Amino acid sequence: MRRAGVPIAFSQGFTPHPKISYASAAPTGVASEAEYLEIGLQATADPAAVRASLDAALSPGLDVLDAVEARPGTSLPDRIDASSWRIELPGVEPDTLAQAVAAFTAAGEVLVERLTKQGRRTFDTRGAVAAISVISESAAPSEVTGVPCAILDLVVRQVTPSVRPDDVLAGLRVVADLEPPVPPRATRLAQGTLTAQGAIVDPLEADRDGIPIGER
Amino acid sequence: MSVPSVFPQLEQLLPRISKPIQYVGGELGAVVKDWDSAAVRWALMYPDAYEVGLPNQGVQILYEVLNELPDVLAERTYAVWPDLERLMREHGVPQFTVDAHRPVGAFDLLGVSFATELGYTNLLTAIDLAGVPLLARDRTTDHPVVVAGGHAAFNPEPIADFVDAAVLGDGEEAVLEITGIVRAWKAEGSPGGRDELLLRLARTESVYVPRFYDVDYLPDGRIQRVVPNRADVPFRVHKRTTMNLDEWPYPKKPLVPLAETVHERYAVEIFRGCTRGCRFCQAGMITRPVRERSITTVGQMVKEGLEFSGFSEVGLLSLSSADHSEIGDICSGLAQQYEGTNVSLSLPSTRVDAFNVTLAQELSRNGRRTGLTFAPEGGSERIRKVINKMVSEEDLIRTVVTAYTNGWRQVKLYFMCGLPTETDDDVLQIARLAHEVIRAGRAATGSKDIRCTVSIGGFVPKPHTPFQWASMCTPEVIDGRLRKLKAEINSDRSLGRAIGFRYHDGEPSLIEGLLSRGDRRVGAVIRRVWEEGGRFDGWSEHFSYRRWVDAAAATLPEFGVDLDWYTTRERDETEVLPWDHLDSGLDKDWLWQDWQDATSGYEQDDCRWTPCFDCGVCPSMDTEIQIGPTGRKLLPLTPVASAG
Repeated sequence: MRRAGVPIAFSQGFTPHPKISYASAAPTGVASEAEYLEIGLQATADPAAVRASLDAALSPGLDVLDAVEARPGTSLPDRIDASSWRIELPGVEPDTLAQAVAAFTAAGEVLVERLTKQGRRTFDTRGAVAAISVISESAAPSEVTGVPCAILDLVVRQVTPSVRPDDVLAGLRVVADLEPPVPPRATRLAQGTLTAQGAIVDPLEADRDGIPIGER
Repeated sequence: MSVPSVFPQLEQLLPRISKPIQYVGGELGAVVKDWDSAAVRWALMYPDAYEVGLPNQGVQILYEVLNELPDVLAERTYAVWPDLERLMREHGVPQFTVDAHRPVGAFDLLGVSFATELGYTNLLTAIDLAGVPLLARDRTTDHPVVVAGGHAAFNPEPIADFVDAAVLGDGEEAVLEITGIVRAWKAEGSPGGRDELLLRLARTESVYVPRFYDVDYLPDGRIQRVVPNRADVPFRVHKRTTMNLDEWPYPKKPLVPLAETVHERYAVEIFRGCTRGCRFCQAGMITRPVRERSITTVGQMVKEGLEFSGFSEVGLLSLSSADHSEIGDICSGLAQQYEGTNVSLSLPSTRVDAFNVTLAQELSRNGRRTGLTFAPEGGSERIRKVINKMVSEEDLIRTVVTAYTNGWRQVKLYFMCGLPTETDDDVLQIARLAHEVIRAGRAATGSKDIRCTVSIGGFVPKPHTPFQWASMCTPEVIDGRLRKLKAEINSDRSLGRAIGFRYHDGEPSLIEGLLSRGDRRVGAVIRRVWEEGGRFDGWSEHFSYRRWVDAAAATLPEFGVDLDWYTTRERDETEVLPWDHLDSGLDKDWLWQDWQDATSGYEQDDCRWTPCFDCGVCPSMDTEIQIGPTGRKLLPLTPVASAG
């Protein structure tokens, strides 16, 4: 913010903090093309100019794609209840993955364990998964020639404790002994409000056209 | 031939380790250059974790100085934590740089900056992970030349088997000279192989190449002599001194990490060197003479450094920052400039002097109050005379009370334990001082809400200081004194409650003492500890005293010496010290005289304000004190907040 010259607002108090809040930040070790944050400014600024200056000030690989002026009412976290992910599994045959996905879908509940800040927790991963499918082979990128690479398409609802891509992969291990030979690569493709039709609505949309999110 | 990035292999390991972000690079200010178009390639290492190594000034300065040359490429590498080391060995991933993730073994040079000797085991890990033979003598032209620098390089003898060369003193010009020699040697087709290259470096008289020197020992274990084993190698190797700091305004483009690090600030050295003459202080002895950066250069660096980095904290660094001839104007100028912004200014390393409280007050104008630390170092007036820390009890009380009355609720007092001639009583005086401080503070402020923290470090005698001959106390003596001190502090419950007590136990200090004043035979101990799993010895959770003691017991007896011989033994005037052939400029006779003065309580003034006392540095190094005042002011006088 300082490098970009953005007039960021600070909290009151003995040690003022810049007003930046991240909405459902991606976990460590995954790629993301859809991260959202809200910033508070001291003065009105042109969102396009803020976007451009922040983008220029950030390291390569961190790109600011869009900025809108937030309208009062709902906050960003209220508009994010699901994420879509693409997970590449190098060394896994698409058929093997499809069988694991079928077993996962058929299960009523898939319990996995993870070490959280509160200690070791066991929780269900099946319930949070809104959609899970294997991308057909023809659509798969052949970046690693000669090695099969199955690709998983995933939509996960925001729940507590959060279900992350690696938890779903752990679920596939539980139901079908799926053990990828190398660590899979997960990329978050979108975040937003999950509609009844299964689409994800861009959380900035409401500020862009002025239609409150609840009235869609 | 181009060198592929190891990142694809490394990436697969990252999900399985802690804090993977420290290995990905991508910092603002990082430079990635084309491998093939570089004539000389340096890997620069700080041998500790990324979070500690990244902010290191020395590495950042050399990184920038080297990368400014169009045909030179410099990248950085840091010690990897044991979790990643294990996986790298399992998957055959070599030690890599964080900039372009190139294998360290492919570089021409590996420069390692040692601020402390406790990084030696991490050096071995890095060399080994790089696929470079541990022993310098086993390396070929295919391997990088391993060069040690930093303060510990003033006695590199304990790592003489593992490094190819060491550079004493300031690195800016030294790396350029070494680069020139490597560039020419490569352009000629690497004549004479590695041996010829090292010989060319050694002939500069400012690069120490241990293999060209033989060490002979006396039957009692002491060194008989250290002599060159080649005709054209100098008897003594001299330190480098960068003069005119205004001509070297680095770092200009400080690295801004994505990961969290120990210091997140723009640090500017306001001067180098210190002639206060504290007898325990190696930094003060080996960095002479004092060379100030002018007020205008400091102002310019702060302005440009902040604009480039976006940091909100500025550290005005030096060994005794309040001694800058224009420190008052620097502080008020910067405070005025950044008033009303969120930039905070700090002045570490202050002396015990009410003037410092004024400066700190000035720097905290925009409400941000940094901590105040004062370092009387010794508890009794007597021991402070021994160490030449000229602070009276009155000064200390007055200074701390000034801080309390100016609104500081908490101050930190730093002391050492285990100093030469120290008795239990000298240490117990720390409790009395702390009690006095609280009592006077309460009286002056009328408040019970004031505190002080007493922080204690173990004294380690260092080469090139008047205490280089001194014996160390055993850890048992140190720990015993600290126990008694703690009881004494708490003997008055009301005062004791207002006093925090922090200390390090004596065991790591003893090992640091072994490594500081060790000779080449200590290399066997380091290697043994490393083979037994020793890593990150500067971290209490990784340091194992037992491992060092056992390794010393297993390796030293064959030389007729032991751990005590290196640490608790006092040396006499005629003993050849392992670093005598390494010239810091200090005259050994002067150091001995100062050691004698220490034990008789004779104090030594500072040559910045009193006549030269012939420590030997300026005439032998052809240097001079460079100080202001310049009389200039910081411009513009427009505060940043209102200008923006």
